[in-house]
Amino acid sequence: MPRRNMRWIWIDKFTEFDSGKRAVALKNVTLAEEHLHDHFPGFPVMPECLMIEAMAQTAGILVGEAAKFQEKVILAKIKKAVFFDYVKPGDTLLLEANIESFAPEAASTSGKITRTDRLIAEIDLMFSHIDQNLAGKEFPAENFVFGSGTSVFESLLRDVLPETIERSEPV
Amino acid sequence: MAMSRDEILQQVQEVLVDALGVDDDEVTIEATLMGDLGAESIDFLDIVFRLEKRFGIKIPREELFPAESLMTDSELIHNGKLTEKGLAELRKRMPHTDLTEFEKDPDINKMADLFTVNAIVNYVENKLSAA
Repeated sequence: MPRRNMRWIWIDKFTEFDSGKRAVALKNVTLAEEHLHDHFPGFPVMPECLMIEAMAQTAGILVGEAAKFQEKVILAKIKKAVFFDYVKPGDTLLLEANIESFAPEAASTSGKITRTDRLIAEIDLMFSHIDQNLAGKEFPAENFVFGSGTSVFESLLRDVLPETIERSEPV
Repeated sequence: MAMSRDEILQQVQEVLVDALGVDDDEVTIEATLMGDLGAESIDFLDIVFRLEKRFGIKIPREELFPAESLMTDSELIHNGKLTEKGLAELRKRMPHTDLTEFEKDPDINKMADLFTVNAIVNYVENKLSAA
């Protein structure tokens, strides 16, 4: 049975990608997202935890690509998350992530979310390469974060890293 | 220009306040990272990254916080305590830490208490003077 990896995608595409350094992703917020009807009734605003998720995907793929998607990259720590404005349906968010430090066992990133030049949030994260951590605890050999071939997330990189797509297309 | 010990301490305190979300008056020189300041394993990597940036030094894996790799070796640990060989290894790996109290009862559960603010300041001081 084919496994799907990272099946929940919360960003729409990357617009810039400087391998190992910096990436910018875009997310369009729409009232078609069901949770906005409950958060809150009559006052739909994007939950802040989902802004963190969007940044975690942006920065996580940046960190994953830096190791050629060979490591299992797990969000390990939210170092900072500060929010400056509401995000509403119809907004287009730009998520910019920068790698601050990169080591065999972990990476740290800083990030900014903006909407047409207005600062919405600052989110700094830490990712663990879990195979290199947790004192030898064993995880499945298969890379359940960035699987080969079928990964949907690679389409996010279509505009910025075309070679990634070519590699993953069936021969 | 060489940094004084007080300056190093002040910078280490700032790093720990940011990394662990503690108040600056909690970060005393004798505070333990895990017991007193609530650090978890990923925080140690966060602290290493922040110290590298703050002081412009490179901290090799396991050099500042080497305890984890000792834990899995049965020659070094017996019955929940470090063996003579384990203690010798620990001394070698943590030259920046005062182990005299710990050596009286080298219980691995107390190993976490060895990671103090003071140990970090000693480490950074040695590292900067060697540079």
